[in-house]
Amino acid sequence: MSEAIAHSHDHAHDHHDDHHGPEKGFKRWLFTTNHKDIGTLYLTFSLIMFFVSGAMALIIRTELFEPGKVLINPEFFNQMTTMHGLIMVFGVIMPAMAGLANWLIPMMIGAPDMALPRLNNWSFWLLPFAFTMLMSTTLMSGPAPDFGWTFYAPLSTTYGPKSTDFFIFSIHMMGASSILAALNIVVTIFNMRAPGMTWMRMPMFVWSWLVTAFLLLAVMPVLAGCVTMMLMDRHFHTSFFNAAGGGDPLLFQHVFWFFGHPEVYILILPGFGVISEIIPTFARKKLFGYHAMVYATVLIAVVGFVVWMHHMFTTGAPIAAQLYFMYATMLVAVPTGIKVFNWLATLFKGSITFETPMLFALGFLVMFTLGGFSGLMLALVPSDYQYRDSYFVVAHFHYVLVSGSLFTIIAAVYYWLPKWTGHMYNEKLGQIHFWLSVIGMNLTFLPMHFLGLAGMPRRVPDYPLQFTDFNQICTVGAFIFGFSQLIFLYVILKSCFTKAKPNATPEVWEGAHGLEWTLPSPVPYHTFETIPVVHHQQP
Amino acid sequence: MRNCINRLVLFFTTCFTALTAHATPGINMPYGVSTISHEIYDLHMACFYICCVIGAIVFGVLLYSLIVFRKSTGAKSAHFHEHLWVEIIWTTIPFLILVALAVPATIVLQHIHNTDQSKLTVKITGYQWKWRYEYLDQGISFFSILSTPQAQINNQAPKDEWYLLEVDHPLVVPVNTKVRLLVTADDVIHAWWVPELGVKQDAIPGFINENWFYVTKPGTYRGQCGELCGVNHGFMPIVVQAVSQEDFAKWVSAHRTAMKAPEKLQPMTQSQLLTLGKKEYEKNCAMCHQNNGTGLPPTFPPLKRSRIVAGPVAANIPFVLQGVPGTAMQAFGEQLDDTTIAAIITYTRNSWGNDVINIRHNNAIVVQPSDVAAARQKLKS
Repeated sequence: MSEAIAHSHDHAHDHHDDHHGPEKGFKRWLFTTNHKDIGTLYLTFSLIMFFVSGAMALIIRTELFEPGKVLINPEFFNQMTTMHGLIMVFGVIMPAMAGLANWLIPMMIGAPDMALPRLNNWSFWLLPFAFTMLMSTTLMSGPAPDFGWTFYAPLSTTYGPKSTDFFIFSIHMMGASSILAALNIVVTIFNMRAPGMTWMRMPMFVWSWLVTAFLLLAVMPVLAGCVTMMLMDRHFHTSFFNAAGGGDPLLFQHVFWFFGHPEVYILILPGFGVISEIIPTFARKKLFGYHAMVYATVLIAVVGFVVWMHHMFTTGAPIAAQLYFMYATMLVAVPTGIKVFNWLATLFKGSITFETPMLFALGFLVMFTLGGFSGLMLALVPSDYQYRDSYFVVAHFHYVLVSGSLFTIIAAVYYWLPKWTGHMYNEKLGQIHFWLSVIGMNLTFLPMHFLGLAGMPRRVPDYPLQFTDFNQICTVGAFIFGFSQLIFLYVILKSCFTKAKPNATPEVWEGAHGLEWTLPSPVPYHTFETIPVVHHQQP
Repeated sequence: MRNCINRLVLFFTTCFTALTAHATPGINMPYGVSTISHEIYDLHMACFYICCVIGAIVFGVLLYSLIVFRKSTGAKSAHFHEHLWVEIIWTTIPFLILVALAVPATIVLQHIHNTDQSKLTVKITGYQWKWRYEYLDQGISFFSILSTPQAQINNQAPKDEWYLLEVDHPLVVPVNTKVRLLVTADDVIHAWWVPELGVKQDAIPGFINENWFYVTKPGTYRGQCGELCGVNHGFMPIVVQAVSQEDFAKWVSAHRTAMKAPEKLQPMTQSQLLTLGKKEYEKNCAMCHQNNGTGLPPTFPPLKRSRIVAGPVAANIPFVLQGVPGTAMQAFGEQLDDTTIAAIITYTRNSWGNDVINIRHNNAIVVQPSDVAAARQKLKS
């Protein structure tokens, strides 16, 4: 949101690029240390995983189309729910956010690249290996991990399938990848900001990612510890989580959710940043309450560390613990509310247009708020006794993750795609994609609220007859949502590989402000080799 | 403009569906039949209506902005971008709403935790994939297993009204009595959940969790396991029968007499054993080992041509009685009587070609209840 006072990026060093351009062929991607290439790698990886994991979701929904066995047996069903969850969280949302960070943070703060480019390469290339290992378990004899993405002990330790060890090591690799990426982002933001890019001039996206990176650094080691304890329990005769050996199955849940709750903010905070970039652009009005937004983001992250036990209200916690965690959880609604209200105030008295990125941002705003409401309901311990582990929870976290995180990623791709490729995407297709996604998403997840309230537990491969109607609506919605993402794929591929001359202006959007929009579209391979100077925040 | 109208329609359909929710059964949380379920329901609806009001305001402002401040109608953007008091107001008001919600929630939670003066205590133990109910003061104990036939699950028979919500032995409780539940598990974590009683309590190995209910209306109330507990998580329902206090007293004495009477170990014919064995096998074993004995290897080994089932009977009976620790193969000696175990073993030793192998190796193919009783004695000593 800061504006450079020019002179940094003109064509003066175009000839320069001849020497420093990308390598040819696969070596470019394998050995690259360029933040844009690595960003592209992350985003491509995430897109592939999105379709893989989406296909798994469709298998799940097909099995649930009607009561009785439809397509797969319960054992495979559990593997699908586990894989779908793990891949969507670790293989789709997190890499996509990391991809956006790689592409955008250096351009937004006026840096030529990330601070640690070689580390950057490694933190990406850990991922394909981690996920190959994770997914190879589906081909092994015996079940793949089948204990849900939360892998509660002792189901995943004493009773876990043999493939659990592959799962443990792949989690270790993903964790290492995330820690390195987060480290790189923190170092970059601290050290590489252009002169004049003070903390309170940084774009919201950069702020959100800075906070997210700290969250990652704090909790990924906890997850690593958690799976290491599992490994010890499984093979080295420890009893961390085994009650029969004097251990404590609840310890697992505490350790897991101490990672798990900040993790959900890791998934959503960069998305908040994206929305804070997009809404001002298409409202043609400066973001309302920038300072409040920054403080709210930090506050959400801090409070996020001390609410983990709200995932465990039915585990027999003492009343004092339940009360504390209920109050703390409800407090999260305050900074989240501040964000929503500030976005509303940004729209108020703006001059609004509805291009695809804006549509997805508005879709996010409405449906994330709905997900926030069900979150507030879940925070109340007594009601939580009825909601916990039912489809109500499934509905809640899909509203905040699909129409939350995922919509922000899609919005971001539409928003910055012309900057990255130089080609405007097809607006008509973008709009169709949006409406089909919104309809599909609501058909899929709205009825899940009702299913959960009526008593349908989550993670069941079969259900009593009374739940049939809503489940069928969910399945139809899931197929609409899933297949409409092919439009997204087509739009992206077309913008990336079209032979036409680049048609995007440097600014791309009429209301866009910020250093990245001062660069030509498509962005040259190397940018800001001459460091820009920032004199004031965006007007 | 079209976008806005679409959004409007979408929003109102959402709200309407949600608002009418409590009127139609199967859409909202049940009001339930216990004192706690009523309190939870009221809290749930209060929170829901508060969310509706906030939603109406937030989405109202959003809609207004999207309709009025469109560039296509010539809206020019204003320049304001910071206002301290506005920020303070929309921090304070939500905070006060939260406090207003926290008060009733705290009160209901205190009620949930108050298990004083209960008149009946039932210990509930979750097993992979069944529940055990023990009436601690009455000395009654039994297992409760899904009774929906496998044929219905595999779409080979029409499904009953209570498909997947039917068990062989329901939990029987008296109405108008405070029943205390002690919930634990034997293997992995389960959760005992009956929506109409307003109770969901995780069953965790090594822990005993407390909860309670006070049913006000006689009837049959159904629920399911609420925590992923392995392959057949979806197939361990809970059925609670609430009966009048007199009926409960009768049930207790009848059950007690039946439990005290020593099991009569009558010799049975092979065909009697096979008929009973098939029925009991499908109820107790088929979830893992499958109706056709092929199992789901390697988690659930096949019984067809298995070394145990198609092997010496002297090893077969103790194997079933003792189970395999750390797996879903439980110690069935605690769960089933001698006749049932004898019938199941006979059935498995005669099915899927196992009889051919057993006969060839001179292994017994018929196991009598007295054989099981003898094996039990031997294991004890």
